[in-house]
Amino acid sequence: MPEIITQDGTIKQDDWVLVSRPEEGESLQLPEKQPALIPMDIWLADPHAIVHKPGLGIWLESHDEPERLEGMVNDLPLIAVNFPKFSDGRGYSIGRLLRERLGYRNELRAVGDVLLDQLQFMKRCGFDSYALRPDKDINKAARCLNFFSQSYQAATDTDIPLFRRRAG
Amino acid sequence: MYVYDEHDRQILAERVAQFRDQTNRALAGELEEDEFLPLRLQNGLYVQRLAPMLRICVPYGMLRSDQIRRLARITRDYDKGYAHFTTRQNVQLNWPAIEDVPDILEELSEVEMHANQTSGNCIRNTTTDQFAGVQDDEIADPRPYCEIIHQWSTYHPEFAFLPRKFKVAVNASERTDRAAIQVHDIGLQMVRNDKGELGFRVHVGGGLGRTPMVGPVIREFLPEPDLLTYLEAILRVYNRYGRRDNKYKARIKILVKALTPEGFAEKVEKEWEHTRNSPTRLTREAIERMQGYFTAPDYQALDNATDLLAQQRFEHRAFDQWLSHNVTTHKKPGYAIVTLTVKETGTPPDDVSDRQLEQIADLADEYSFGEARVTHHQNVVLADVRQDRLFELWQALQPIGFATPNLDTLTDVICCPGGDYCALANAKSIPVAESIQRRFDDLDYLYDLGRIDLNISGCMNACGHHHVGHIGVLGVDKKGEEFYQISLGGSSQHDASIGKILGPSFARDDMPEVVAKLIGVYVEKRTEEEEFLDTYRRIGIQPFKEKVYA
Ligand code: SF4
Repeated sequence: MPEIITQDGTIKQDDWVLVSRPEEGESLQLPEKQPALIPMDIWLADPHAIVHKPGLGIWLESHDEPERLEGMVNDLPLIAVNFPKFSDGRGYSIGRLLRERLGYRNELRAVGDVLLDQLQFMKRCGFDSYALRPDKDINKAARCLNFFSQSYQAATDTDIPLFRRRAG
Repeated sequence: MYVYDEHDRQILAERVAQFRDQTNRALAGELEEDEFLPLRLQNGLYVQRLAPMLRICVPYGMLRSDQIRRLARITRDYDKGYAHFTTRQNVQLNWPAIEDVPDILEELSEVEMHANQTSGNCIRNTTTDQFAGVQDDEIADPRPYCEIIHQWSTYHPEFAFLPRKFKVAVNASERTDRAAIQVHDIGLQMVRNDKGELGFRVHVGGGLGRTPMVGPVIREFLPEPDLLTYLEAILRVYNRYGRRDNKYKARIKILVKALTPEGFAEKVEKEWEHTRNSPTRLTREAIERMQGYFTAPDYQALDNATDLLAQQRFEHRAFDQWLSHNVTTHKKPGYAIVTLTVKETGTPPDDVSDRQLEQIADLADEYSFGEARVTHHQNVVLADVRQDRLFELWQALQPIGFATPNLDTLTDVICCPGGDYCALANAKSIPVAESIQRRFDDLDYLYDLGRIDLNISGCMNACGHHHVGHIGVLGVDKKGEEFYQISLGGSSQHDASIGKILGPSFARDDMPEVVAKLIGVYVEKRTEEEEFLDTYRRIGIQPFKEKVYA
């Protein structure tokens, strides 16, 4: 079973399957026994149409608009955001919007080109689990999640920027 | 000047430890080159033609003497004994070894310095007027706002992987714009509204490079406390919608153009509606606290030394020239602002040796409350010099070569490192600057010509800001040979404009003569009170063309 890092740095076994977008003319292939993450727009086309017993969540591309999920986010147990390349920073904005604007409370996972040195940024932007790229050393993740003990600006992890803490 | 507290010290120490860890992993092969790249760039380390370069951050150009001495020591211990001042008020080392960089960063952190976000696709060092706080035409001192922006942008988790680099500049003067805000990704002009409240006029999408643009205004008045929430809204719109498919189209100016300034502004305002009242909105206390770091030094109550200076000027013609060109009026009676010209013919413009750095530190201690500033023109400013000590200072500057009174004249060239140092260059830029400096070595003639900004870039990336030079020079490659294209009429002041290309390019050897011809046209056509740019704007490019290509 694949391993996932959580935001407190623990490694957990996890069997969610990321289902890719079906090719033209093909239909969505859901795994039989495992919970599945399907592309956001397929789910949005009819949120009640697909029933998947083991569990159903969605994943977003970095160009997807999370605003389209307004009012529905907490129906989902898991949302994943794909980082197609680690240098594509759009996922950070998506994370913050899902959490801070749309009020998403369940698990938010970073998938795709997820490396060690971006983990703390992801954590600060609301991601609480990370599917590290398999060639990266998962045992170093906990350290990389906590390089910094405090930060200057507010984000999802804290809404109090340093200038307000200094005042206190 | 800003002083670190325990928060800043802790965050910076953690940053240095992080980069040491990253460097170790890179050297051990655990990080691929393309994975390490943005990490080292955001720590100031980039690799050029001959060697790695380390760009050290000098927030809005201000340095304390102990920091300058530390820089001198670092150039000696880790480098070839000199540093380069950049047009973004930073300092650059040219030859550090990659494995030494964590140690260099640690040494810098001991004097509250770093190389954070001086490179890479992130929010860069916020810049401002080198005369901030000492001139009387300021709406308010811009430096507290620069420091507020600087802290907000430091390791911002959402904006570490933008489509491209992102530069913010703040200007506070009503008369001039020494910070060139209209050619920045975000330019903030400090203003007061009808009610006398402080705020910012917000320009977005200015820039040089391949597609030079003057940044349009997207908001006429942004109230002071809303500074950070609004910047965050702009950055979020850019991070989400800026192009990532083509690095030449990835700057925010392209997005602003595609959406139109109105369309872009609308998106920003909509985004901002959600966050404007969030805790990121500045508090009065936070602003005042920051302003408390930028109070006036211990000035003495003095009168202007008018008589003394008049007599010294009368007795020493060279002092007189220096005073007229390199010394600027201070808002405090009895004080003056002095610009040291680090550019001398025969040395690469903008390079300073370790010894010179130490001399600057000594001068700062002796004459200017222990502080110095780096300018966009790559000179050094002592901002608080007593008028009755100007003559003494001038005498001290002579032997060390910092008193060339060519400030803002044709030979006070802005010049990028060019083909001598830079991997991206099409052509060398330093020898062009030198040959023009040699051609125009008669100071009286230079003074008579008045203000002329000559800016030279070695390629389209425009680090020498050639588009906004009154005379701009761009290195181009023609079948493997180095040529130079000239543009006229650029300006980075309040009346910002992008220069127009004169015509076909020239060989390097012809450049001094071509510039001389351009100057000749100006001298012939100017009216009494016109400067070069005024004449150009009145008569247009045609007469210059005719003369040069005759
Ligand atoms: S303008 Fe071009 S040649 Fe000059 S420093 Fe920039 S990238 Fe290098």
